[in-house]
Amino acid sequence: MLIRSRHRETSAEVAFNLFNRIFLFLLSLIFLYPFWYVVICSISSPSALRGSVGIILWPKEITWAGYRVCFNNPNIWMGYKNTFLYVLMGTSISMVLTTLGGYALSRPNLMLKKPVMILITITMFFGGGLVPTYMLIRNLGMINTRWAIVLPGALSTYNMIVMRTSFQGIPVGMIESAKIDGANDFRILWSIVLPTSKALLAVIALFYGVGMWNSWFSASIYLQDRELFPLQIILQEIIIKNSPISAATVGGALDNMNQDDYYTRTLLQYSTIIVSSLPIILLYPFLQKYFVKGVMIGSIKG
Amino acid sequence: MSNVKAARIPKGQMGGKSFQHRLGRDVSVNKYIYLMLVPVVAYYIIFCYVPMYGILMAFEDYRPRTGIIGSPWVGLKHFRAFFSSDYIGRLIRNTLLINIYSLLWGFPAPIIFALLLNELKGNVLKRYVQTASYLPYFVSTVVICGLLRSFCASYGLFNSIGALFGAERVDLLSKPEYFRTIYIGSDIWQGVGFSSIIYIAALTNVDPELYEAATIDGAGRFRRMLNISIPGIMPTITILLIMNVGSLMSLGYEKIILLYNSLTYETADVISSFVYRRGIVSGDYSFSTAVGLFNTVVNFVLILLANTVAGKVSETTLF
Repeated sequence: MLIRSRHRETSAEVAFNLFNRIFLFLLSLIFLYPFWYVVICSISSPSALRGSVGIILWPKEITWAGYRVCFNNPNIWMGYKNTFLYVLMGTSISMVLTTLGGYALSRPNLMLKKPVMILITITMFFGGGLVPTYMLIRNLGMINTRWAIVLPGALSTYNMIVMRTSFQGIPVGMIESAKIDGANDFRILWSIVLPTSKALLAVIALFYGVGMWNSWFSASIYLQDRELFPLQIILQEIIIKNSPISAATVGGALDNMNQDDYYTRTLLQYSTIIVSSLPIILLYPFLQKYFVKGVMIGSIKG
Repeated sequence: MSNVKAARIPKGQMGGKSFQHRLGRDVSVNKYIYLMLVPVVAYYIIFCYVPMYGILMAFEDYRPRTGIIGSPWVGLKHFRAFFSSDYIGRLIRNTLLINIYSLLWGFPAPIIFALLLNELKGNVLKRYVQTASYLPYFVSTVVICGLLRSFCASYGLFNSIGALFGAERVDLLSKPEYFRTIYIGSDIWQGVGFSSIIYIAALTNVDPELYEAATIDGAGRFRRMLNISIPGIMPTITILLIMNVGSLMSLGYEKIILLYNSLTYETADVISSFVYRRGIVSGDYSFSTAVGLFNTVVNFVLILLANTVAGKVSETTLF
C-alpha cells in the first residue's frame, strides 16, 4: 500500500481514474433507474406520463388508484399465500435432500460413493428435457397439485456439491469422537455438522427460497386451478397476458376501450410489480450479502 | 483375519464373495449414511433418469393412453420430419445467433466491470456500485419481461428517450430486428453485476506483491491491469468460457415465451420455445421430444469440444 502511494500517478492515470468513477456511477444509475421508473409509473396518472419525452425523474399527478385496485384484488392475496406456502415447502424439501446428500457424499471410504457420484454427474450434462419431464409429472398424477411445484427441481446438484465440499472441511476428529461416543450419522449431522455450517445453510436456503419465489414456469404448465396459483402467475396475467400496452399497439383497441379502464389497468400493472417484489426488495440488503457469500463459497471450493 | 472373514461367507459363492462381502460390510457399517442417500438417489432416478427413459418417445408415435411400451415404434420419422421442415433453419439460426451474440457481448461484460471496479480505490463508491449492480439479479423473469414490455411500448421509456433525438415512436417488441438486442441487452443488465462477483473474488486472490513489484518497476495502471490482473483471473475466465460455450445451444425459453409474439418469430423463435409450443401447448409429444433430443445431443457435443479445445490451449479444463 505504501509503495503504491509513493508511485506518482501520471496525468493519464488521473484522467482514467476520474473517468472510471463517473462511468461506474452512471452505470449504477442504469441498474437502479428502471425500479424508480416503476415506482413513478405506479403513482402517476398515465395520461400525464403518456406524452413525455426523455427521462422522467419525478411522479406527476399523483394517484393511488393502482394500489387501491391492487390491494382489493383477492387474486393477489391468494397468490401471496400460495407463494409463501411453496417457498416454505420447497425450501424445506430442498434443504433436507441437499443436506442428506451433501453429508453422505462427504463421508470418506463409502464403497458406493463413486457410482452415486457418476449417477449425479451425468445429470449435469444430459437430461430428458421438457416434454418427457412433463409426461413424468402427468404419469405421477401430480398435475394440478402442489407437489408438481415443489418436487421436480427440488435438488440442485450444484448446491449439493458445494455443501459436500464444505462438509469435507470439518475436522475428521470431531466426527470420529462422536462416533466412538455412540452417536449415529443422523445425530452427527444434526448436532455437529449442521451447527458448524449455519452460514452455508443460510446461503443455500436463500438460493432455494428466492428461486422458488421467482419461479413461474412449472406453475404455468402444471397448474390449472386458480386456488393453487403462485404470485408470479397472477403477476403474469396482470402484466403480460392482458397487457393494455400490447393491446394498444394492435391498433384501435385503445379507442374502443374505456379510457378510465385503460388507465386503471396500467396503474394496476405497475403497482402489482411493486407489491409482488416488496418482500425481495425489503430483504435485499440481507439477501445480497448472503448471495455474494454463496458465490464465493462455490467458486473457491467447488 | 482372513479366516474369520471366510468363515462368515456361505459356501459356493467363491467368485464374487470378496466384493459382495466387502459391500455387505460397508453397507452394514455405514447403514445410516446409505439410508440418507436413499431419498437423494430416488430423487435422481425419478426426476432425472425416468425423463431420460422418456426420450424413447422421440422414436415412437407416443400416446399417453398406451405409454412408452405400448406405443408404436416409428424409428427416425420425427427426426426426418424436423430436418426436412421449413422452420429448422430459422430455429437453429435464431438459437445460435442469440447465443453467440450473448457470448460475444455478455461474456466480457462482467470481466470488464470487475476490472473497472477493481481500479476503484474509494471503498464507498465501490460498495455502492456493486450493491446497485446485483439488484436486477433478484427480480423474477416475469417482472423483467413486464418491465421490458412497458419500456418497449410506443409510449414507454425507450421511446421517450428516443423521442429526445427525434426518433419515431414504435412498439419495439413488434419489430423482429430489435428482438435480439432487447433480449441480450436485458440479460446483460440483469446478470452483469452478479456474474462479476466471481471475477472480483478472483482478483482479490491475486498476490498483492506482484502489483507492488510491478509498480516499483514503473508499470502504470494499464500495464498492471493487462499484465497482472488479467493473467491472474485467466483460469476463472477459461472455466466460465468453457461452460458458456457448452451451453451455446441450450437457451432458456422462459424469457423468450414471455417476450415474443407471432410478429417476431422470425428472429425470436428458438429451439426450446418451439419445443414448448409444439410439445406442451399443442400436445405433439413425440415430435417435440425428438427436437429436444437433437438439441441436447448438440449441447453435449459442444461442451465436449469446448473442453477439449480449452485443454489444448491452456491447462484448465472442466473435467
